[in-house]
Amino acid sequence: MTDSMESENEKMDTSVKPTSLGSVASNAPKRAPGTLAMGRGLEARGIHAWFGKNHVLSDVTLDFAAGTVTALIGPSGCGKSTFIRTMNRMHEFIPGAAMAGEVLLDGKDVYAPGTDVTKIRLQIGMVFQKPNPFPSMTIGQNVLSGLKLAQLKVDNKDDLMEECLERAGLWSEVKDRLNAHGGSLSGGQQQRLCIARALAVRPQVLLMDEPCSALDPGSTLRIEETIRHLSDSMTIIIVTHNMQQAARVSDYTAFFLSDNGPGQMIECAPTSEIFSRPRDKRTENYVTGRFG
Amino acid sequence: MSTALAPAPTKPWKASPKDHLIDFGVFLLAAIVDFLVVSVTPMKGKLAYFFVFFATYLAFTTIRQFILRGSASAKDAFVSSLVAFGAFVTLLPIVSILVTVINKGSKGIHLGLFTHDMSMATPTDPLSNGGLLHAITGTLTLVALALVMSVPIGILTALYLTEIQGRFTRPIRFLVQAMSGVPSIVAGLFILSAVLYPITKSYSGFMGSLALTILMIPTIARTSEEVLRLIPQDLREAGTALGGTQWRTVAMIVLPAARSGLITAMILGVARVAGETAPILLLTGGGDKVNPNAFNGPIGSLPYYIWKSFNAGSPESITRAWAGLLVLLVLVLVFFTLARFLGSRKVAK
Repeated sequence: MTDSMESENEKMDTSVKPTSLGSVASNAPKRAPGTLAMGRGLEARGIHAWFGKNHVLSDVTLDFAAGTVTALIGPSGCGKSTFIRTMNRMHEFIPGAAMAGEVLLDGKDVYAPGTDVTKIRLQIGMVFQKPNPFPSMTIGQNVLSGLKLAQLKVDNKDDLMEECLERAGLWSEVKDRLNAHGGSLSGGQQQRLCIARALAVRPQVLLMDEPCSALDPGSTLRIEETIRHLSDSMTIIIVTHNMQQAARVSDYTAFFLSDNGPGQMIECAPTSEIFSRPRDKRTENYVTGRFG
Repeated sequence: MSTALAPAPTKPWKASPKDHLIDFGVFLLAAIVDFLVVSVTPMKGKLAYFFVFFATYLAFTTIRQFILRGSASAKDAFVSSLVAFGAFVTLLPIVSILVTVINKGSKGIHLGLFTHDMSMATPTDPLSNGGLLHAITGTLTLVALALVMSVPIGILTALYLTEIQGRFTRPIRFLVQAMSGVPSIVAGLFILSAVLYPITKSYSGFMGSLALTILMIPTIARTSEEVLRLIPQDLREAGTALGGTQWRTVAMIVLPAARSGLITAMILGVARVAGETAPILLLTGGGDKVNPNAFNGPIGSLPYYIWKSFNAGSPESITRAWAGLLVLLVLVLVFFTLARFLGSRKVAK
């Protein structure tokens, strides 16, 4: 398990390609959904979720192809966040939580008995709604905190720190004050610091739970740029309440809705299709702003 | 000049000099009435002046506000004065104790106090003979030993209550809360009957610190629990989402984030027991000689020394007791300042 993971990580390194700031992800899908030709994608199979007796998510099946950005949209309380938290097994943290279904990473179920859950979370990173840099650490220590938490060894920490901050679009702003506290940054910078922190353990998938909802439009724009860059090297799933954001950053969009029952995935399609000619009437009502 | 156009900054919501003058007038009037009332009635003493002054000042301010702004404003002024009075009443005994201790204690303070013990001095000896080195070192030994034992237990308990939240969380929390109300004499008698009589059969500093540990654990555990609860759940999730186990997340993120609060918890624990007397009297034997070995033989301590000196009854020994009180107060103050300093210092690389 460990060996295969390390070799995966090495492959990851070589696949990081520099991209120019101006490049914008086209809305044309890189690969059609449901056709995972090669590994490092994520597949959700029949996911249900409960909090206590409350059935909050019902039978969601979704494929996330490697190197794509998928946006999850839908009104509050439809189970989007719960869904992505089942992906990296953060769902089980909430007392009374239960789930059913399979989450396949490289074809292996992350819920299979005997799976090392900490290794799963190394491969499926997460960025939270509120920026949450570790308060007792400096900017630099924050970036490398994942290595210490997971007890990973790297040869050159400074290079890794620079690379991660660069990929998160923060390096030029903080390179002269890596020893300052994370709390001294602005909200948008803190969120990019959290992205850099998530990148340092080299995840193959990045889950983002409304990463811009607490930020101003300028910071939101920077983070969207960052997302587009990252999508060259990893699979990204982003929950957002902002439909323009979904349209700007994602290749695919999945619409979630709870109709007084558990949340369901109504449809998933290339983003341009969801916004121009959705198959489902409810999706159309939502994306045209008639409710939600 | 464009700056000339800008008006001079004013603070219209602040009281004008005239208002201040009237305030002072009301204050003065209350003081005069206070003086008259106390001199014509059988009341006397500082406390009488204090309470009568407060009552008259309260009445005058309320009446003034009633005339100026009506009944709502009068009620507001009434309650504000009452609150201020509450704060002063809290301060009164503290300041009074401090002044008394400093007044009486400073007479017994001399350099020899910190270099000599009482092994070669009798209660009626002049103050220049003997000192309380044995009591200071004894108290420090007792408190340090108790800290070493109670901090790990207290913080681990708090971690169980906040981080693990197992099946026993509720009963343990209940017991810890109940324990914080245990009278210190009970802790002393417990160690006496459970450890000293059946096992060691002799007084020692360690016996005393065992009892102090019992008293410190609930304080440290409860305060630490409160502090750990304040750490946002977000941080724990972020640590776990980065591939940390629960233990590493707690050790690397939760505890450092709670550091200054945990240090405060320790101080509160020390403050709880530094002046504790009952178990010390029962368990330590209270020698007059410096005893560096906490595990063998009687050991002196400041509370024991104060108690013993007051009991001896001679004027010299009573002054010694006050000096001991002063040293104990200063010691606790030093603990507080040091811990505050350590707790507030920024984490620097």
